[in-house]
Amino acid sequence: MNKKNRQIRRTVILVLLAVAIIYTLYANFTKDDRKVAAVGDKAPDFVLTDLDGKEYKLSDYKGKGVFLNFWGTYCKPCKKEMPYVDNQYKKYKEQGVEVLAVNVGETDLAIETFANQYGLSFPIVVDEDAEVQEAYGIYPLPATFLINPDGKIVKYITGEMNEQMVQQYMEMIKP
Amino acid sequence: MNKIKCECGHVNPHGTVLCEACGKVLVEEEKKKKLLDMRYEGTARRSQTYNRSLVDKIWNFFSSVKVGVWLIVVTLIASALGTIFPQEMNLSISVSAEEYYQDRYGIFGQIYYLLGFHDLYRSWWYILLVASIGVSLVICSLDRAVPLYKALKKQRVTRHNSFLERQRFFTRAAMENANQDIELVTARLKKKHYKILEENGNVMAEKGRFSRWGPYVNHIGLILFLFGIMLRFVPGFYVNEQMWLKEGETKVIPGTDKQYYLANHAFVLELYDEEDGEVYKNAIEEKGGIVKNYQSSVTLYKAVGESLPGEKPELQEVKNYDIRVNQPLKMDHYAVYQSSYRLNEISAMTFALTNKETGEQFGNITIDLANPKGNYDLGNGYSVQVLSYFPDFEILDGEPHTKTPNPNNPAFAFKMITPDKPEGETSFAAIQQTIEPLGENTYKMAFQSVETVNYSGLTVRKDLTLGIISVGGIIFLLGVAQGSFWQHRRIWINQSKGQVAIAAHTNKNWFTLMKEIQAVLAGTNLPIPFDQQLDKEEAKQQGVNTVG
Repeated sequence: MNKKNRQIRRTVILVLLAVAIIYTLYANFTKDDRKVAAVGDKAPDFVLTDLDGKEYKLSDYKGKGVFLNFWGTYCKPCKKEMPYVDNQYKKYKEQGVEVLAVNVGETDLAIETFANQYGLSFPIVVDEDAEVQEAYGIYPLPATFLINPDGKIVKYITGEMNEQMVQQYMEMIKP
Repeated sequence: MNKIKCECGHVNPHGTVLCEACGKVLVEEEKKKKLLDMRYEGTARRSQTYNRSLVDKIWNFFSSVKVGVWLIVVTLIASALGTIFPQEMNLSISVSAEEYYQDRYGIFGQIYYLLGFHDLYRSWWYILLVASIGVSLVICSLDRAVPLYKALKKQRVTRHNSFLERQRFFTRAAMENANQDIELVTARLKKKHYKILEENGNVMAEKGRFSRWGPYVNHIGLILFLFGIMLRFVPGFYVNEQMWLKEGETKVIPGTDKQYYLANHAFVLELYDEEDGEVYKNAIEEKGGIVKNYQSSVTLYKAVGESLPGEKPELQEVKNYDIRVNQPLKMDHYAVYQSSYRLNEISAMTFALTNKETGEQFGNITIDLANPKGNYDLGNGYSVQVLSYFPDFEILDGEPHTKTPNPNNPAFAFKMITPDKPEGETSFAAIQQTIEPLGENTYKMAFQSVETVNYSGLTVRKDLTLGIISVGGIIFLLGVAQGSFWQHRRIWINQSKGQVAIAAHTNKNWFTLMKEIQAVLAGTNLPIPFDQQLDKEEAKQQGVNTVG
């Protein structure tokens, strides 16, 4: 047998096998990632309604920075950071930073009570069927995505934020 | 490349041990052996002859059966280790996996998690191990099957003495006029379905060569099987999801990309009773209830067009169906199975506004726990406001708090407005406890009753790889049968210089081959071959080392 032929044949077989393995590994890892919107990716678009039935679509916020916060009334750190977010929202709203607070699907009453208790001024939308949480791979609460004016995810924050952090993050996505 | 020309005229590839045509021993070292290794017919296995480039080196690594066996052993050990602690996918935990394993199993749990044992089948190194077994299968097979095929195709009737005398079954004797006997034997062999080849008075009888391909057919099956498993990672080929659906609820079916929705009308759990006949009577008495039927009555909807996460698409009714155990709802390669249930979860609570002293009631309020209202007007100046709602009530740092969003332990803060207390009285009502935080009240919210609802636990499956996996499995078994139920038997009868040499080889079941040879040679003057391996063992017993 020709030495060159052998080399080519072996190379082709090995390359085919390697491609199959690499694809499997890739598919396996992206299966995880697919659920988690990653930093640098385009933020998955969604449509959610607030308690009054008003629709909010993420892509309508193009050109603005979006501070996308996922929360629940049962989440203790959420309770702490909400007032900070509200404070900073009041300052950064004029500079083109919007806050969308996505409740993880609790009852209207629980959300309303909470919003009134803390006097929250930003829009609160409800992810009743957890579809948006799934699209963003939220786990655990609280979770915040910073989305820049181009609609890209700049940062993903889990855990409690203090007021200074909230301020820095809003600065980051200011248009 | 250095080809080896045998004295019979056949040109063999570099590295050949036994001439492909006549079987002459070409390698000095092999000549010292009393018996030949016939497993691959002494062919030049490519991997053993070339070891130049990186490609060759990788090839050689995977072509080793030893490496293959080690890969399997390591995979087995890893799989065994993966059963020490539960796999993450079988746990429903509310903390991160890292925390869970660390808290529960300490330092070992931490290592377990770090090494990826908690999700073994999806950890990169485990996938690599299984993939390597696949690569090893492909390369080992190619490396052996191709040369073996060539050698068996090129084999000649007349064999070199060095080949014949190193067969396990062999004999040689001086004999005149052997032709008649050989003819008789040939006829007998033909009857036994041997393929006969003749050349200059020499005979080769062969049958069951087919058996030699068994292991390779088997490997093709395995490779297909692995390929099927690999396809499971390709999006769209495999779905295995769980969903909980409350009675009255409509939800998207997970894994269908928002294409299908399911509404649950009722979950039914039926027990056997006396009406089902006498046969059940004893069992019912002994065990209490025996379940006859688990059933979810559902309606399947298909979404019109695509929709974004959170968006509610327009739904089109497809069909009504009763999902029972082993009678899944089927649509478009998906199957929805009845797999679990929860009965009698609280869905609504009813309270009565009551005057504590007189016991007079001023109307009931029924609070839907999934969607409580803020205000309930009872008329005549009586109304109740729900100030706050804690579905899973606990006291945290001295304040009311909800542990989870699920109504496991509902509690409410009510404001009761009555004509004589227009400012309202505040009362905090949890299960079996009432707190009046702002002093003694005239009125109370007296608990009346609860409404309950059932949940259906459903499993959503889609598996497009099953076809490939079963074909792989069938081919695997065919290969096993091919290699097990047939044997490759060859008998050589050579004549030279007044001597007859008879040798035989089989890949398994030597005993029956010997019986067969004895039967065909019976009544002739031809010598009966003997088992040279027996000699070897006898020699060993005497402490003589004959084979290198």
